[in-house]
Amino acid sequence: MVRSIEDGPDVLYIDRHYIHEVTSPQAFNGLKERGINVFRPEKTIATADHNIPTKDQHLQIRDELSRNQVERLSENCKKYGIELFGLNHEKNGIVHVIGPELGYTLPGMTIVCGDSHTSTHGAFGTIAFGIGTSEVEMVLATQCILQPKPKKMRITLNGNLQKGVTSKDIIMYIISEISASGATGYFVEYCGSAIRSLSMEARMTICNMSIEMGARGGLIAPDEITFDYLRKLSSIPGVVNLSQAIEDWEELKSDNDAVFDRELEFKAEAIKPMITYGTNPGMGMAIDDSIPMSDDKYKNASASFIKSLDYMGFKPGMKLLGHPIDYVFIGSCTNGRIEDFRAFAQIIRGRKKAENVTALIVPGSKKVENQMAAEGLLKVYKDAGFEVRQPGCSSCLAMNEDKIPAGKYAVSTSNRNFEGRQGPGARTLLASPFTAAAAAITGRITDPREFIKEEKSY
Amino acid sequence: MAKVKFDILESTCVPLPFENVDTDQIIPARFLSATSREGFGDNLFRDWRYKKSGEKNNEFILNNPSYGGKVLVAGKNFGSGSSREHAVWAIFDYGFRAVISSFFADIFMNNALNNGLLPIVVTDEFLKKLLETVQKDPSAKVRIDLDKQTLTLIPTDDSVSFGINSYKKECLLKGLDDIDFLLSMKSMITGYETNKSKVR
Repeated sequence: MVRSIEDGPDVLYIDRHYIHEVTSPQAFNGLKERGINVFRPEKTIATADHNIPTKDQHLQIRDELSRNQVERLSENCKKYGIELFGLNHEKNGIVHVIGPELGYTLPGMTIVCGDSHTSTHGAFGTIAFGIGTSEVEMVLATQCILQPKPKKMRITLNGNLQKGVTSKDIIMYIISEISASGATGYFVEYCGSAIRSLSMEARMTICNMSIEMGARGGLIAPDEITFDYLRKLSSIPGVVNLSQAIEDWEELKSDNDAVFDRELEFKAEAIKPMITYGTNPGMGMAIDDSIPMSDDKYKNASASFIKSLDYMGFKPGMKLLGHPIDYVFIGSCTNGRIEDFRAFAQIIRGRKKAENVTALIVPGSKKVENQMAAEGLLKVYKDAGFEVRQPGCSSCLAMNEDKIPAGKYAVSTSNRNFEGRQGPGARTLLASPFTAAAAAITGRITDPREFIKEEKSY
Repeated sequence: MAKVKFDILESTCVPLPFENVDTDQIIPARFLSATSREGFGDNLFRDWRYKKSGEKNNEFILNNPSYGGKVLVAGKNFGSGSSREHAVWAIFDYGFRAVISSFFADIFMNNALNNGLLPIVVTDEFLKKLLETVQKDPSAKVRIDLDKQTLTLIPTDDSVSFGINSYKKECLLKGLDDIDFLLSMKSMITGYETNKSKVR
């Protein structure tokens, strides 16, 4: 913290700033209008991910506005000396996938990006959160932003996960328990044995969706799993002596007697594979459950609840198992990492995609795509009738051509089931890569545990 | 750069009684491809305002000629989801200057304050009363006094006070901008950088 303002926001110094094509152009315009430079260009990393096509990336982007945004990002990065992993760069990918995999996200950092899923980076024990474009401009101009101090919440998850339950199910379960606004105003720390046992990829999925319960950010204290992940990276920009750095990072944990404004505890055994039935991520349930009769057990269903189910074409009390689906999407900053594609492959291996299903298989980065090839996963997907596309945010927010048509049902591993999120009129069912794979094979909403024999979770 | 100043606002309201209105509803992603801040108001609540055929949806409140004004009154958890500041630009560009709800998403609240749009948090009870009053009587006005931090529902003379941190209040009243403030602190920021590199 640079300075604390009485009864006002604090001046927070930003160690790492990520930018992308959609929320940065107006910030650069602001710099131009003020006639000022980027203060610390080496602390900002850029990528093109939100609006880019996931097919034929070597060709010119067809949509003129999208092409213009991507070109503006390149011009701005060149002009101000910012490192850009743009379209067709060998390190291109979704901002929250490439940051960690290229070693730019490190424990103890303050990290911001003009994207709400910046909370992803909290998995490394960072203070990471999404900001608006005015704040992007502040960081470019001064490497600082003004931030009110958030309240602190601790969520503890102890116990062992059941077969077929992934970190996506953990976070969807927590959100369904506390609602889409249950953590607004808070920064969340995730603790407990079930969290400690998770891989970095799985931890990123949990921190990623912290924003879906309203939290500014979510974080997990770094430990041996974090340090192992970092040791395996081919290089970490700016770190000369990794073991010395790790010694420093080992100190980054909450004190045993730390006081939180709110404490919640859940049991890992209680979590089943999850699916959403409505139009916000808080409207989730165990896959074998029935849609509740109301959003408030003591009252009649609210207008918002009824509107939401109408949009989805569902009724209160309905079961979703067996309901036909049209699309499956695996990818996004939530579930677009190598483990997610391994999990999906585990179920589709040796099986065939259902004929009524259109699948959008979108790796989170070039590195993930290359790793899929190296592990033989591309062949598994091809043999099962799935086409693997090129990296990008794709159908998670459908800014490019990867839209789900109106009225169609999509089981998606992404993070938001808002009305029209995956295309006007699209009906999104959020779920894990296992659940998406099971639906892709059967063409219906299916309990993924039917396909999973071994006790292995991701 | 100076923004529009906010002092006293007296206006009719547009009621939007739904909860969890996320920024994808306020401005759908497919309209985020612009590179300037202007013009987003045309697509505010696009998929609620227009039918799939492109016709106006006359059932939606913004298309009801009885309702209008500079104040939007919305259900709780307004502005959740994506951090897109375009949502605030769209609301402002459409002509709103204040949004009243019982609960705002954090990023939306910051974005609003950074653009001269005043987010006012009221209790669930007051929100219910306000929504009922303006739904019944579209000519009912509210008076917002930022300096005194009061919101008054004029026909019933119900008045409540609202919170805002004093720094942001000052910025809104004077039309000041965070970047000017931060730029004035450059030497302090450089000092922080030097200190930090010594500690490491």
